[in-house]
Amino acid sequence: MSVPLPVFVAIPLVAAFVLPVLGKGLKPIATLLANLVTIALLILAVTSIGDSRTYEVGDWSIPLGINLVLDGLSSLLLLAISVVSTAAMLFSIRYMEQYTAKPKYLSLFLLMVAGMNGVVLSGDVFNLYVFLEIASIASYALVGFGCEHEELEASFKYMVLGSIASTFILFGVAMVYANTGSLNMAYISRAVQAMGMNAGLAFALSLFVAGFGLKAALVPFHAWLPDAHPSAPAPISAMLSGVLIKALGVYALARLVFNVFGVSLEVGWVLVALGLASMVAGAFLALGQWDFKRLLAYSSISQIGYVVLGVGLGAVILARETNIAWASLAILGGLFHLLNHSVYKSLLFLTSGSVEMATGTRQMTEMGGLAARMPVTRAACAVASASIAGVPPFPGFWSKLILVLAAVQAQMYWVAAVIVVVSVCTLIMYLKVHRFVFLGELPERLASVRESWGSMTAAMVGLTCVCALMGLLVLVPSLRVGILDPAVSVLTDGLAYSTRLISP
Amino acid sequence: MKGMTVVVKTVSSWVKVLIFLFGIYIILFGHLTPGGGFAGGVILASSYVLLMLAFGRDLVEANLPLPVASKLDCLGAFLFAMIGVLGLVFGGVFFVNFLYQKYVPQEPFDLVSGGAIPLSNMAIGLKVGASLFLVIFALTVFRYDFQDGGRKTAVADGAEQQKE
Repeated sequence: MSVPLPVFVAIPLVAAFVLPVLGKGLKPIATLLANLVTIALLILAVTSIGDSRTYEVGDWSIPLGINLVLDGLSSLLLLAISVVSTAAMLFSIRYMEQYTAKPKYLSLFLLMVAGMNGVVLSGDVFNLYVFLEIASIASYALVGFGCEHEELEASFKYMVLGSIASTFILFGVAMVYANTGSLNMAYISRAVQAMGMNAGLAFALSLFVAGFGLKAALVPFHAWLPDAHPSAPAPISAMLSGVLIKALGVYALARLVFNVFGVSLEVGWVLVALGLASMVAGAFLALGQWDFKRLLAYSSISQIGYVVLGVGLGAVILARETNIAWASLAILGGLFHLLNHSVYKSLLFLTSGSVEMATGTRQMTEMGGLAARMPVTRAACAVASASIAGVPPFPGFWSKLILVLAAVQAQMYWVAAVIVVVSVCTLIMYLKVHRFVFLGELPERLASVRESWGSMTAAMVGLTCVCALMGLLVLVPSLRVGILDPAVSVLTDGLAYSTRLISP
Repeated sequence: MKGMTVVVKTVSSWVKVLIFLFGIYIILFGHLTPGGGFAGGVILASSYVLLMLAFGRDLVEANLPLPVASKLDCLGAFLFAMIGVLGLVFGGVFFVNFLYQKYVPQEPFDLVSGGAIPLSNMAIGLKVGASLFLVIFALTVFRYDFQDGGRKTAVADGAEQQKE
């Protein structure tokens, strides 16, 4: 079955404008509709795996019109977005009952999903910017959804830094247009190949690195994330940490660096340096946190570092032109880690939401002994923590192993050592979570907390199953060839992207 | 807000209709002349801004209640998305101009020569007009109270309006 590509954007967009019209009495219908939309998107994303096609919106051919491109990398991201959004939407059914104006929440949620789907499908840099703004603006509003003092402050900080990032990106788009005369990625890529990098394009590329780096919360640009992600409602934290920083940041950066500008040693090393800095700084900052969700947020910075490191290592090896197999290995590690992190970090944020709803606090010092009271949450958190720390049967282990192997193959032994050390730090911080949240003494105050059965546990159990089985994606060859390898080859093929889209 | 002097009120009560009509004109002729849905929508909203300045917020709210404006806002966006979907249904391609020269074939620069473009302009005009109205309304509702030695607190005038 092949549906037209704009459907991925149109379904959530249309639903997002219908939902707020439904008033208070129709809240269950609005909730049901929103869940149906995310499930439909999940089905569409699963059926589109392995597909590769383009779509010209409004029947205007490129470079005049806008085109949407589905390839291996896009369908990988679409899959991650739809899995996480389905789980987060299911979780919201019960969780968002604490807040007022639920239809508005659902509408903003679907707008964010539409924006992210648009970003990963767009084949046009300006269109990418527009979808990025849709997703970002929806997320600014969602971070401040609770309307408490702290949430509004976090939302404002996120909005200011996010707008700076968007301005950088828009300025970069303008520089690219001025230098190549096109906004379509394939045509830009062809122009870059014809005339080589000049100063303007190099400046544009550095603007893109800063802008998308801010969206991805890489370390020098990470200041907004530890405030914004914990302040949002838990399902939104799961969406932001799980997929937003990847779709808006890492995906867009990888697409531009590999497919549009072409890899070079300089950009590769910049990505490796940003990745290493994020890994180390994020991990050490997370160790000292006592706020459950803030710890998870710093851990996201650390984990996004792994993804960027994998992609950056791939770029360095590709630019050295030694052996393309090692570059593929590094990129495979990065992209697999991206997929893993979107699943287990969203699962961790959902468990943190479950804990916060039951106990009414996020401070780990005020919790303890919840294992007996909340068995499902505890089990989900255990699987996700084991996975993020890299305990063997779980997927996090395989992606980190692939990254270490790639670093060793590229003879960057110190990078491999850093990966292992940061992994140990990750293990320590999640042991701390378990020690202070689920084990130890149950305080008097929390003696009556209970698990919230229903949609919240269903979402957590579902994601836990996905998380436990994800290792199969690299272990079973047919799955790897079907899902991960096309995404890797999109990046390793580099500038062949343009020849694939423009028939000579 | 009580509004301004009688001179301002009289003049703006004459001018408001003209501004509103001009907005509609800009939207309807957007495919032929400079302008279009966005510019026309801004002009529509600005006629309400004039009323808000001259007569105060209460009159404007009686004229266009916030829930209605909010629904118009959603309706405009929904209609615009539906034009894209209708393109997919009738023309086979998302956002294709499925009405172009179809039922009333006319020369270029005639009023209905644009196919689905005027419809898109109307949807955008509705969306932009309603949402800009809501934005400006929100700006007038919130204010800062300086209290406790200069600490600022955001206060919503008439908090019940916010729970629409």
